[in-house]
Amino acid sequence: MILVWLIGILMTGGVLALLLGQWNKTMARWIALFTLLACFLATLFFWINHYPVTGATDTWLVNYRQDWIPAFGISFHLAMDGLSLLLLVLTFFLGILAVLCSWKEVTDRVGFYYFNLLWIIAGISGVFMAMDLFLFYFFWELMLIPMYFLIGIWGSENRVYAAYKFFIFTQASGLLMLLAILGLYFIHGQNTGVYTFNYFELLGTVLSPGTALWLMLGFMIAFVVKLPIVPFHSWLPDAHSEAPTAGSLILAGLLLKTGAYGIMRFALPLFPQAALELAPWAMLIGVVGIIYGAVLSYSQTDLKRLIAYTSVSHMGFIMLGIFAFNELALHGVVMQMLTHGISTGALFIMAGMLKERLHTRDINQMGGLWTNMPKMGGIGLLFAMASLGLPGLGNFIAEFLILLGSFQVNILLTVIAALGLIFSAIYSLRIVQKVFLGPSVRSDQVRDFSWREILIMGMLSLSIVGLGVYPQPVINAAKPMVDNLQKIFSTTHKNTQKENLTPSYTQKYLIKK
Amino acid sequence: MNNLLWLIPALPFAGFLILALAGNRLSRALVAVIGAGSVSLSAIIAIIIGINFLTSPPTTGNYTQTLWTWIEVADFNPKITFFLDALSLVFVFVITFIGALIHIYSAGFMAKDKDYARFFACMNLFVFSMLILVLADNLLLLYLGWEGVGLCSYLLIGFWYKNPDNGYAARKAFIITRIGDTAMAIGLFVLFYQFGTLVIPDILAKAPQVWHQGASIATIAALLLLAGAVGKSAQLPLQTWLPDAMAGPTPVSALIHAATMVTAGVYLIARMHDIFQLSPIAQTTVAVIGAATLLIAGFSALTQYDIKRVLAYSTISQIGYMFLALGLGAWTAAIFHFMTHAFFKALLFLAAGAVIEALHHEHNMFKMGGLKNKLPVIFWTFLIGSASLAALPLITAGFYSKDHILWYAWAAENGTPLLWLIALLGAFITAAYTARMMIVTFWGESKTEIGHYPGKLMTVPLLILAFFSLFAGFIELPHNFGHLTLFSNLLHQVLPETVLKAGTHSEWLFQLIAAIVSVGGIYLAYIFYYKQPFRIEKLKQSKPVMNLHLFWFSGWGFDKLYNTIFVRPIVFIANINKNDVVDKLYQGITFVTIRLYRPLSFTQSGSLRWYVMGMIVGAIIIFAIQIML
Repeated sequence: MILVWLIGILMTGGVLALLLGQWNKTMARWIALFTLLACFLATLFFWINHYPVTGATDTWLVNYRQDWIPAFGISFHLAMDGLSLLLLVLTFFLGILAVLCSWKEVTDRVGFYYFNLLWIIAGISGVFMAMDLFLFYFFWELMLIPMYFLIGIWGSENRVYAAYKFFIFTQASGLLMLLAILGLYFIHGQNTGVYTFNYFELLGTVLSPGTALWLMLGFMIAFVVKLPIVPFHSWLPDAHSEAPTAGSLILAGLLLKTGAYGIMRFALPLFPQAALELAPWAMLIGVVGIIYGAVLSYSQTDLKRLIAYTSVSHMGFIMLGIFAFNELALHGVVMQMLTHGISTGALFIMAGMLKERLHTRDINQMGGLWTNMPKMGGIGLLFAMASLGLPGLGNFIAEFLILLGSFQVNILLTVIAALGLIFSAIYSLRIVQKVFLGPSVRSDQVRDFSWREILIMGMLSLSIVGLGVYPQPVINAAKPMVDNLQKIFSTTHKNTQKENLTPSYTQKYLIKK
Repeated sequence: MNNLLWLIPALPFAGFLILALAGNRLSRALVAVIGAGSVSLSAIIAIIIGINFLTSPPTTGNYTQTLWTWIEVADFNPKITFFLDALSLVFVFVITFIGALIHIYSAGFMAKDKDYARFFACMNLFVFSMLILVLADNLLLLYLGWEGVGLCSYLLIGFWYKNPDNGYAARKAFIITRIGDTAMAIGLFVLFYQFGTLVIPDILAKAPQVWHQGASIATIAALLLLAGAVGKSAQLPLQTWLPDAMAGPTPVSALIHAATMVTAGVYLIARMHDIFQLSPIAQTTVAVIGAATLLIAGFSALTQYDIKRVLAYSTISQIGYMFLALGLGAWTAAIFHFMTHAFFKALLFLAAGAVIEALHHEHNMFKMGGLKNKLPVIFWTFLIGSASLAALPLITAGFYSKDHILWYAWAAENGTPLLWLIALLGAFITAAYTARMMIVTFWGESKTEIGHYPGKLMTVPLLILAFFSLFAGFIELPHNFGHLTLFSNLLHQVLPETVLKAGTHSEWLFQLIAAIVSVGGIYLAYIFYYKQPFRIEKLKQSKPVMNLHLFWFSGWGFDKLYNTIFVRPIVFIANINKNDVVDKLYQGITFVTIRLYRPLSFTQSGSLRWYVMGMIVGAIIIFAIQIML
């Protein structure tokens, strides 16, 4: 029931903010903050109560199902395992920060703004919990439309273009996923006579290899566009750079994670055989993304675009890790989802704070800001280091585990991916140099962090350091899901090997005769 | 005793945290007390633990202390565990003891800098990272220290951040060492899949069982680790960052060159010596890299004008000696040279810093001169440091440690006459450039007025370091005179003894040659820079000599080479693709779409006449088609 409550609270909070925001802007802000705080605390307490999450025989911590449109086999089915829990905690955590960092930035149509923000978050949480493919698609679209408004209304100069681009990319790829969902629905229906969108029932659907591959590609396209993976990434820099700070934060921190989540929750378990076949290619484009994003990031002069391309690079690691199909890499992927959300979120927030002060995103017009803003400089340095994967910070654990895991599967690709570590050092240090170090470009005084900003950055810093020195709670929480995924693949893998081996045994037998 | 182990790194870390979070609100005196005090305290604890270790050696040969499990995924479970054996003990002692002296000196040296707290915060973090590196019981924790050292060098080299050149030098140091680090990370992957663990003692125990002598996987693993070591220790081909690292405040250079950072590579190879022993190819590579580097850097040192650059190249060259010794299997000789080098190099840098500060931040030695009587304490301590670097026979620590390496270059099982000759030539050059630096700086006529004299905070550390630069050598004497083996006895708990060739007994002869060569180098500099300076002027007339000078001066053109083959192509590609070629594809689709709908939308003009016309024309066409059919 807690799951329904979470979504209910968020949606109601959004509507309340919209209504009350008409006559009191501050009220809307507080409503949004309290709504998210309530959700955050609820999930956090849930986590603490169920710690360390592992050990349960049933991987599902909560499972809620209610018929919705029984005629078509559609139900309102939410469930939560460790992975969903982690991502929900992240969602509400970043949600709180999104509200805090828009506190002063957004002064126009405040009620509607927070309505959109809360509904995006409701959509995202729904995506992380839905266990009915129809419902999943519903939430998938739900997060899209308020985001479109968020970019289109509160963005900067080129916002309309960016909003369209974002919308078309995600919408087009989402439609392909809908087709794949329907395809799966009908095939399963024909096979068994039961027409249902239920994830658990669809899991074992028997498919011919060709169909499975196409259906999987339908799912994958939606997910890799969201992730995003080269060559489907080009909506991201525009959307990121034009969105308001909270928009960038949610895009980078959460929306991208829905892609990774989708692959792990749906694309792989539904089509294990096809996934195995696709794996080398998926790993390859992951690696291409790592290098391509990093090189592009280096040449950018718009701070937000620069950070956006670093996301492309970091998401390449996720792709590489998922399709390595081993425990180490999958744990690395889960870590990467969280730590990337935190570290890149922090960098975007900082870019927003800089823009508020300097009215520009051009790094050539920054420089020497450390003198006046040592606090921001220190925190900026910390997150630049997180982004280049310094040990002791969460991102290192993530990237190290991914590389360690994928090394077992494909040495060459892993070595190339490891070059990303060098590139990430190059672009991260460039950010620090261009923004904080060097001679001062501006003569006017720029004020350092306010208390609200210290609160935001302090929370982010603590969590990135915490994940870096003691990542075990996250690993424990993700373990049942990872184990499960592993089990699926080791059996699939064995089956494949058996099929491959049979003819050769027969041949040998024949030769002997 | 071993439950105090965690305090050794924790104290500098606490210092870092306090200074980083609240440094700006503390008084300068308090900042200095916290900064220098934390490291000094950790030095005292290290010494207490060390005495304990020596007087009542632990039965296992080490102290270990586990704090918590860092990560636990499947069978990958690195812990935050500290591990202290004889090898780490030597390193911990050098790092904390010399580190503390450098911190105390810095309290005086940086007294006027406005970023006092930031400086000490970074220095504390530096010492902390290095301590983690040498105390780690598994390679992942070692890697944390390893990268932390890189970060701190970045922060401190670029400490005066207003000047973009300093920022460039700092990034160069970080990125070049990161290239090595990445290779090392891959080496970690290899080791993990071979042994199923990253715990160092376990790997070392399993390696000889799993791998046979000369196995190619051993070579791969060893070479990957070597790549990491080469980056951090500024050896060929990743040595180019160190000369530029002079951009930081002088105490930073002392810390990087003596106590931390560049010795990390030496530690790594010594620590993982079992892996290297299994691969003769890797062993030889280490020796060859060391020999080549010591020579190349030596020649470059000979041509520098900036006193700190002379010292920087001399560090590269001396670390080259350590690598040579490691490659020869002379493990304890390498560590012995590391220790004596740490003393005299810290001394030289700190003394050079005092000179530079006294002369209004003048770095050029040829604008100094005549400081012998004006700065007597600096002069005498600098003289001792130089003598030790030049390996002045019998009385200096540097002589005893370098003599070992020279001897093993000849006599060790895989020593060759060529390696010995290179090492000997290196010793000659070292003596020559050291004497040149000494003469030009302290003798001759005074060229710059002294601005201010160093205080007690700066001179006392110099005196202590000078004492050790002279006498630290006496704990290990060659077997043909004195035959004292305190140091190697301690280290042989961890490191194997050097295997000698059969039938080499004439150590006296080699010591004599080494002594003559050192003195000869000094004499050469004395002739050229003191007695008959016209000879240098004459040399400068010749074009080939000047070209060679320029070539050596620029560090053998490595920077230029790397710029041409790596930096420029990558920057070029990045810049031409700034607008992302993939996006052009989507823009193309939009472009075509717009072109296609424009003509159609033109027809929807809202004018009734057009619509009527359209309908009529359409009707006519349809009728016409019908009729024709």
